[in-house]
Amino acid sequence: MTTPVIELRDVTVVRGSRTIVDSVSLVVEERRLGVIGANGSGKSTLARIIGGLISPTAGEVRVLGLDPVRDGRAARARIGFCFADPDAQIVMPTVREDIAFSLRRSPLSREERADRVDEALVRFGLTALADAPAHLLSSGEKQLLALASTLVREPDLVLCDEPTTLLDLRNAGEMAATIESLSEHLVIVSHDLDLVMGCERVIRLDDGALTDDGEPGPVIDRYRRDMARARS
Amino acid sequence: MIGTTAHTRGRLSVGHRLLAMLVAEVLLVLLVRSLPALGLAAVLVTLAYAWAGVRPGEAWRTLRLAILFAVVVGVLQSIVLPWQRAVVIAGIMVLAVAIAGLVTLTTATSDLLDALERALGPLERFGVDPERVALTLALTARTVPVIAGFGRRLQESGRARGVRLGPVPYAVGLVVLTIQHAERVGEALRARGVDD
Repeated sequence: MTTPVIELRDVTVVRGSRTIVDSVSLVVEERRLGVIGANGSGKSTLARIIGGLISPTAGEVRVLGLDPVRDGRAARARIGFCFADPDAQIVMPTVREDIAFSLRRSPLSREERADRVDEALVRFGLTALADAPAHLLSSGEKQLLALASTLVREPDLVLCDEPTTLLDLRNAGEMAATIESLSEHLVIVSHDLDLVMGCERVIRLDDGALTDDGEPGPVIDRYRRDMARARS
Repeated sequence: MIGTTAHTRGRLSVGHRLLAMLVAEVLLVLLVRSLPALGLAAVLVTLAYAWAGVRPGEAWRTLRLAILFAVVVGVLQSIVLPWQRAVVIAGIMVLAVAIAGLVTLTTATSDLLDALERALGPLERFGVDPERVALTLALTARTVPVIAGFGRRLQESGRARGVRLGPVPYAVGLVVLTIQHAERVGEALRARGVDD
């Protein structure tokens, strides 16, 4: 029997008097999981719990067989996290250096690291911008750089939190195509329903609770219907 | 169009470059006392830029703020000092920035960080974490354009609402945005396995 990619048991996050994630239980074996829900529904918090960036108030979390709280370092070495705002993720002054920065703690030799960075530059079409100042890139290029810096560590699981939110239609389309081409296990948290349509499974959160779970088509249709009903 | 930054074009190792910079800065401050000496120092620094292959545009971007600042300082100094002395002081300021700039323009930040980590290594027994110090410096350099962007965003949001932000609301807004950014960066660093 294979270990599920993600296992959550009664995971709850409470901040002050507010329950942000409400007793969510989930076993994920699929390669791509989409997470949808309105603003404030707890999607990003759930992604941060899976990524080991925050601890749940209650409940059990297992990611790739590890407890991201107790085995934080080991878990984060196998999990990549791509944030909505790439500016917060980009640390070094140039594109090449920022990708290389992710490998600073890696046991690879200097040459192996350089090769890995070159491969990432080619994979994400950033070779021409390798020595460009990172802060002068367009939003789409920054998001690609953030993804390249995440994936250069070769994580087994990649969490993408609103990867297309800050992008225009063209860049969002290009980012969606890049994400679709990834072979890693993926969790995509997004309002972009076209993007999550490419997942094998989609879950929906409402006020922190898991309210729908299944194949993308039916879950997204029900979500659209409920949103339309709420507006009228 | 995005320009590229000069990197690792120097023929010296990072350690030697930093040492050369230190010696050059000390000599500049100790020996330049007259306009001819300032002129000679300026020629030497210009030759060093040419030798390192730094393009004039890159040099200008590195020095323009220092030149502006030096002009203001020079004008103020000329009120109380002979103009020749004021020019020498302002010139030393620009050349000092130019010498430091030459190192940053020709050295990859990661190489600088590695050299800094090695140099700080002996201090580890006194509780200094070389990796953390190096990371802090890298983040400081990266954060400057980000905070400048916050400043522009605040001014634009003020203009969009038809108000001119005074210094206090501007400073408060800048601090709030910077703290929010710092929180996001801290989280992103942990996610990248850098600050575990």
